[in-house]
Amino acid sequence: MTGGPRLGQTDGMNTDTKDGGGSRTRAVVLAAVQGLVLALAVLPSTVLCLVLTLVSLALIPLGVGLVTTPWALAVVRTLAGTRRRLAQEWCGVRIPVVYRPVPADARPWTRTAGLLRDPQTWRDLRWLPVDMTAGFVTALLPAVLLLYPLEGFAVAAGWWRVLADGGTYWYGFVPVTDQPTALGAAATAAVLLVAAYPLAPRLLVVHFRLTRALLASPQEELAARVRVLTETRRDAVDTSAAELRRIERDLHDGAQARLVAMGMDLGTVEMLVDKDPEQAKRLLAQTRRSSAEALAELRDLVRGIHPPVLAERGLGDAVRALALRLPVATEVEVDLPGRADAPVESAAYFAVSEILTNAVKHSGADRIWVDLHHGEGRLRISVTDNGRGGAAPGAGSGLAGVERRLGTFDGVLAVSSPAGGPTMATMEIPCALS
Amino acid sequence: MRVVLAEDLFLLRDGLVRLLEAYDFEIAAAVESGPELERALAELEPDVAVVDVRLPPTHTDEGLQCALTARRARPGLPVLVLSQHVEQLYARELLADGSGGVGYLLKDRVFDAEQFVDAVRRVAAGGTAMDPQVIQQLLARRSGDRQSPVTRLTPREREVLELMAQGRSNTAIAGKLVVTERAVAKHTANIFVKLGLEISDDDNRRVLAVLAYLDRDR
Repeated sequence: MTGGPRLGQTDGMNTDTKDGGGSRTRAVVLAAVQGLVLALAVLPSTVLCLVLTLVSLALIPLGVGLVTTPWALAVVRTLAGTRRRLAQEWCGVRIPVVYRPVPADARPWTRTAGLLRDPQTWRDLRWLPVDMTAGFVTALLPAVLLLYPLEGFAVAAGWWRVLADGGTYWYGFVPVTDQPTALGAAATAAVLLVAAYPLAPRLLVVHFRLTRALLASPQEELAARVRVLTETRRDAVDTSAAELRRIERDLHDGAQARLVAMGMDLGTVEMLVDKDPEQAKRLLAQTRRSSAEALAELRDLVRGIHPPVLAERGLGDAVRALALRLPVATEVEVDLPGRADAPVESAAYFAVSEILTNAVKHSGADRIWVDLHHGEGRLRISVTDNGRGGAAPGAGSGLAGVERRLGTFDGVLAVSSPAGGPTMATMEIPCALS
Repeated sequence: MRVVLAEDLFLLRDGLVRLLEAYDFEIAAAVESGPELERALAELEPDVAVVDVRLPPTHTDEGLQCALTARRARPGLPVLVLSQHVEQLYARELLADGSGGVGYLLKDRVFDAEQFVDAVRRVAAGGTAMDPQVIQQLLARRSGDRQSPVTRLTPREREVLELMAQGRSNTAIAGKLVVTERAVAKHTANIFVKLGLEISDDDNRRVLAVLAYLDRDR
């Protein structure tokens, strides 16, 4: 059995054009089909959304709009969300999502006001009319470029007799009246088809770029980023302040107090050494015990601040050493070609430690698999156990703490834990190895 | 007996030198960094090396790496590794070559001079000295598994097993538990039967077998 399953690969880009004409033709046809689907869906849904929203906004003074607007805007957002997803999946065009958070339990008025104050809402609404016109055309063009030449060939093959029917049939700019002109139409069709070859996939990209130009706002993206950073920084500061307080308290009540006691004992020994050597010896033995206990306490404290193995060997061996201390059989698989920055290593270590502790305490598992590897600029860690599942972030499970810890480094945690198990926690932290 | 000592903290190095000299060891060299230790081990051919895991210049596990390298060059070179913390992971690496003459102790063990010196002598003679904490970690892992034969040992046998795994001889175990040597021998035989291990008269091989058994993956 190898380590736990890996994180899903989520880059759905169309990687084509490298391996010959076959895949290129497929890409052209695919673009045409995707464009056609898009165009057929675009017109009705955007028109519907625009009408719904406008009516709903108009009804705000009557009060009805207060209730319907959030709902209508949610539909718009779903539509925009779908387009974002397709842009990423079909053409690899990333359109960031930057809606401002609206409290779920807010009253209708604050909800509507909040939504209307979000510039992204207005960007969405501006996008709708453009999408139903320019967006529609750019989506339809790949299909047209592919289908129209087919008509041209059909015309040349004799269909012109039916279409022209004694008069003139215009194929593009070619007036078709007899067989030679019909062949001219076929020639035009061939040129169009050749043009479609490189153009069709690009036109679809143009469609999505247009969508991005309207939906995305670099400023708003930055603002969202700032919001996240502010939040994670506050968390980090809070956490480290709490840690320092804990360390201070531990030192104060532990090692420091023991050293004071030892100093006192040694003073007494000094006094007793001539008068009562026996008693002095006993006290010395006690002092030695105290010093050993102080050392043990300091060792535990150090382990909680920065585990020595982590400093000496790095993340992989630190997790291995951690696994060896667990009462549950744990397999650790490490594929790290270098070491991450010390703060990242530390965050990752304590996150794994917390998740392992959870697994041992709550899952009832008798086997755990840990997998650490690095790829695409990310450190990926998965912890899988064969326990009873049902772990959920929040619920005081310590998973929220792990999320906070990772959040400081833009890391994320995902937990899959169906009732009955197995539980799999995956973490990703963007970082470089050295 | 000639000792090479590697410890970067002056106070501790000085203390160790005085302690070892008081027990009639000859300090061939007392060094404070990895490269120096490497040279000393290669050139001085000591009877035993006492090495701190963490040494300059990197302050990582330089000392441990030096010791492992030196043992690869000279199999069985007796090395006693000292550390502020003990890890089963490191113990495993030290024991991996199965040739004995290995010690791995917490620095705190220096507090008890006699026991510490005894450990150094044992390692120098090709024996083993494992820190009680390492053994407790190993046993705790075994005991977590209800099917493990370790759970079938009587409390006394467990005590004997712990001391044996630390590398102590029957005589030392008898002294420590205040029982006769024959009683210890009986316990030992029982332990080996329960764990399904082959009984060996050779103390060192016996210790290595027990350690290997405890460290085996389930």
